[in-house]
Amino acid sequence: MLPTDIKDPEYFHKVVDCQYACPAHTPVPEYIRLIARRQYTEAYVINWESNVFPGVLGRTCDRPCEPACRRGRLVSETSADGKPEEPVAICRLKRVAADNKGDISNWLPQVPVEKNGKKIALVGAGPASLTVARDLLPLGYIIDLYDENPRGGGFMRSQIPSFRLPVEVLDEEVDRVLDLGVNQIFNQRVDSLEALLAQDYDAIFVGTGAPRGRDLDLPGREEADANVHIGIDWLKSVAFEHTEQVGKKVVVLGGGNTAMDCCRTARRMGGEQVTITVRSTFDAMKASPWEKDDALREGIPFLPNHTPLTYVCDNGRLVGMTFDRVESVYEDGKRRLVSTGEEPVFVEADDVLVAIGQEVSFPWIEQSTGIEFNEWGEPVVDATTFQSTNPKVFFGGDAAFGPENIITAVAHGHQVAVSIDLCLNEKDMLADRPAPGTHLFSTKMGIHEWSYDSPVTNDERFAVPHLANEVALVDRRAEVELGFDPQIAFAEAERCLNCDVQTVFEEKKCIECDACVDICPTNCISFVGNADEKTLRATLSAPADQTDQDLYVSGDLPTGRVMVKDENVCLHCGLCAERCPTAAWDMQQFSYTVTKACRIPGPLTGKPANV
Amino acid sequence: MSYQKPTFRHPQLPRNGLDLTRSSYEGLISTLCAGCGHDSISAAVIQACWELDIEPHRVAKVSGIGCSSKSPTYFLNKSHGFNSVHGRMPSVATGANVANHELTYIGVSGDGDSASIGMGQFAHVVRRNLNMLYLVENNGCYGLTKGQDSATADEGSKSKSGLENPFENIDLVGVALEIGATFVARSFSGDKDQLVPLMKAALSHRGFALIDVISPCVTFNNHHGSTKSYDYTRDHIHTGNIVDFVPARSEITAHYDAGDTTLVDLHDGSSLNLAKAQPDYDPGDKGAAVNALLKSREKGEILTGLIYIDTTEPDFHEVMSLGAAPLNSLSQETLCPGNEQLQKLNAGFR
Ligand SMILES: Cc1cc2nc3c(=O)[nH]c(=O)nc-3n(C[C@H](O)[C@H](O)[C@H](O)COP(=O)(O)OP(=O)(O)OC[C@H]3O[C@@H](n4cnc5c(N)ncnc54)[C@H](O)[C@@H]3O)c2cc1C
Ligand SMILES: Cc1ncc(C[n+]2csc(CCOP(=O)(O)OP(=O)(O)O)c2C)c(N)n1
Ligand code: SF4
Ligand code: SF4
Ligand code: SF4
Ligand SMILES: [Mg+2]
Repeated sequence: MLPTDIKDPEYFHKVVDCQYACPAHTPVPEYIRLIARRQYTEAYVINWESNVFPGVLGRTCDRPCEPACRRGRLVSETSADGKPEEPVAICRLKRVAADNKGDISNWLPQVPVEKNGKKIALVGAGPASLTVARDLLPLGYIIDLYDENPRGGGFMRSQIPSFRLPVEVLDEEVDRVLDLGVNQIFNQRVDSLEALLAQDYDAIFVGTGAPRGRDLDLPGREEADANVHIGIDWLKSVAFEHTEQVGKKVVVLGGGNTAMDCCRTARRMGGEQVTITVRSTFDAMKASPWEKDDALREGIPFLPNHTPLTYVCDNGRLVGMTFDRVESVYEDGKRRLVSTGEEPVFVEADDVLVAIGQEVSFPWIEQSTGIEFNEWGEPVVDATTFQSTNPKVFFGGDAAFGPENIITAVAHGHQVAVSIDLCLNEKDMLADRPAPGTHLFSTKMGIHEWSYDSPVTNDERFAVPHLANEVALVDRRAEVELGFDPQIAFAEAERCLNCDVQTVFEEKKCIECDACVDICPTNCISFVGNADEKTLRATLSAPADQTDQDLYVSGDLPTGRVMVKDENVCLHCGLCAERCPTAAWDMQQFSYTVTKACRIPGPLTGKPANV
Repeated sequence: MSYQKPTFRHPQLPRNGLDLTRSSYEGLISTLCAGCGHDSISAAVIQACWELDIEPHRVAKVSGIGCSSKSPTYFLNKSHGFNSVHGRMPSVATGANVANHELTYIGVSGDGDSASIGMGQFAHVVRRNLNMLYLVENNGCYGLTKGQDSATADEGSKSKSGLENPFENIDLVGVALEIGATFVARSFSGDKDQLVPLMKAALSHRGFALIDVISPCVTFNNHHGSTKSYDYTRDHIHTGNIVDFVPARSEITAHYDAGDTTLVDLHDGSSLNLAKAQPDYDPGDKGAAVNALLKSREKGEILTGLIYIDTTEPDFHEVMSLGAAPLNSLSQETLCPGNEQLQKLNAGFR
């Protein structure tokens, strides 16, 4: 293999598993260290720069970082069951920063009074649009934000129940963006893109999400109509207080996160016997494991392997539904549901909530606008620039590629802002796209001392305490999760392995003494003859078959061999560097920030201009 | 600063015949200088014992004094151990071996410990053919006492302060050959590919097995002008033969050109496949071994590999007719049959 190019910003970025997996590439280990040092404000600001909604995300994020966490690939010799570790509670630590931060006003970007003369329309006030607004306002753009609802926040407000996300937390973070000087055009649905294009906007961003919930048309649907609700429409009417109660017996159809929010909300709106029914097995349900746990903890039964057959009415009123019992059969990795042939099951219901998915919907975008759609009705959008087939119109968030999550919407928003700024300054949106900001510096403090906590703790993942059901289920607004207190937060933060503190190898210093090979607890390092990657992986001192994890290869050493480090299970414990007599290994902290349209101040991006 | 090794290991570490991973053969985190050759030798011991499926609790580690002699703390945590006095490891090893010959004995010594203060003890344990692996972690100096020249320092080798060693050196390999060692090898801490199979062979050999391992002292003897530095050793090493250890009841898989290999059977059923890097040299022939050693010395080379092996000599236990049962398993009455028996015995001499 060729020697690894550690100057390529993506090489070390990939080693920081959590940050790499995060759509917005939030610098996770850096904020976790700040939390351990109780520098909550700085930890919050690092998040805010990167993901705009740390308080919201610290409670609701889909956490793609956690399954990627290095800790999850490790097994401790002291583990009683020999099972891999649970990942670091990255998401809930973020909440700790949000809950305990001080005043951040000094860190906020300055918005010029004198505008740059360019005007942008943002349609839909969800996280995608709000991110575009935040990144463009400090550059002097005029931002008009449209939404059909009375308040900003998009699905974060209309869908995510307040027992998971208190309104005050949402308001604080939505208002922080709006207060930068957004022109709020709320309670106004945009009905024609053509009309919008006819106005004097230099660019238009469509961040309307995926607002159409799927219905389930089965026999009896029409007769039962008064008591069959589309899950997302129902949640929205609860959020905006148009719906105050639900029947005693509720059936929820679907196994995703929307279904979990529907059933848990129903439990708090008068539903006494709320049942989740899903066609798949319990394990194959789409909902995140922790959302399923939360529903189970609230005493909500799951009926897996049940395919709905009919709505059953009595005297023109819904009384329940029938289901066919099925089995999931897998053929060539594809699932097929096969009826068991048993009698249909009847489940009583006063109300049915249909939570089987949602999709984009653009009845308001005319053909004349030149915007093309693919066969699924999604707009044709460039994956890097987010520009549509009309050069003035950009898409992002759920509206671009279908339903995802908040953090993806935010990540899109940053890139849209970069594109719009480049485009309106007559620059090339690909060639002139800014590289990420990176920085690498030694953490060496003394002979065997580092500026980070290098020892690896054996603590298992700490659980977030919950409000008791008796209190939680009677108040739709009472937040269920209580968050970590500072002591537990510290202990949980210490579980982080500091994957951003990189093992940097300088081959000209190496005397090939093997000390690093011998000390490495997880056998990451080998000195072997060079070969192609496949051969190398087979010759290292421990199995190296996780091919999505890179090999760090040095240039030729005096004995003709090369140093090969498998990044897969490196503990970042610094022992190789401590045992190296020549400091050929050094532990160097790597920071990586996605470059935004404008520089947002923060501990990694620099202090605000006025401080 | 890390005083403890994390408890996380590679999740797919291979397991040996005892279902153990290498981690079961580890010791405490080393306190030797970073880069000390002795640590690599400890790692090789771990690897060799793991590969041989040796039960860690059936091993006794014995050592003298020195950085080298400290190193048993850093491997085989679950084994027996005795860190004795300077140069006296052989007598402790002999006593322990007499009491229980069923354990695997690993003696760890240094060039100071063996070739200076312990030279007498060394000579006698060799000639008694005590069944043990005797490792000399040879750095040409007294590392622990800050790098004074040892008796294995080559004549003319420069110390860190720049002084040349005026005396002839003692080559423990040559001495051992002369006084009847049955397994004599030399290796280099920086070459585990050679060292681990040699250790496995030595651990499987019945009788005294010496491995003189060049083990650079990074702190006091790794400078230009020293003949025990990493660079000097790498530049002057000469491999006499390549040892492929073949465990009992397994097929020989290594491929060497026919005619250039010798097969040596060991007592426990395993065997050694020796591929000769030098065609005219047979490690079963002591004269040839002595010759090869002298020749390489003349050429300024460091001869490594298995230099000599003799599997026919009885070991100390057999010579002394100490019986099959370990002495420590015998009862008080058997070991000390009482005054009456003593009187009878004495009467027999009158
Ligand atoms: C029940 C439920 C729970 C969820 N829970 C989570 C969670 O816990 N964590 C998570 O990360 N994600 C969650 N999601 C997904 C997440 O809410 C979305 O992925 C995210 O909000 C998408 O952001 P966006 O900016 O693309 O648009 P949205 O947040 O969907 O906002 C779009 C806004 O545009 C408005 N709009 C649409 N069309 C028009 C128009 N023509 N004119 C004016 N306004 C218009 C909509 O009313 C809406 O306010 C959940 C989704 C649902 C349905
Ligand atoms: C009886 C006695 N004499 C002298 C010493 C001092 N002393 C300690 S270690 C040592 C030399 C060790 O040299 P070596 O065996 O080569 O070990 P190294 O440290 O080089 O590995 C000496 C002379 C001692 N501890 N005991
Ligand atoms: S251990 Fe810490 S830095 Fe590493 S992936 Fe997990 S959270 Fe990220
Ligand atoms: S410890 Fe340092 S000098 Fe020794 S092999 Fe490793 S990198 Fe090279
Ligand atoms: S002084 Fe020399 S022999 Fe002793 S630990 Fe340090 S490097 Fe090793
Ligand atoms: Mg020495």
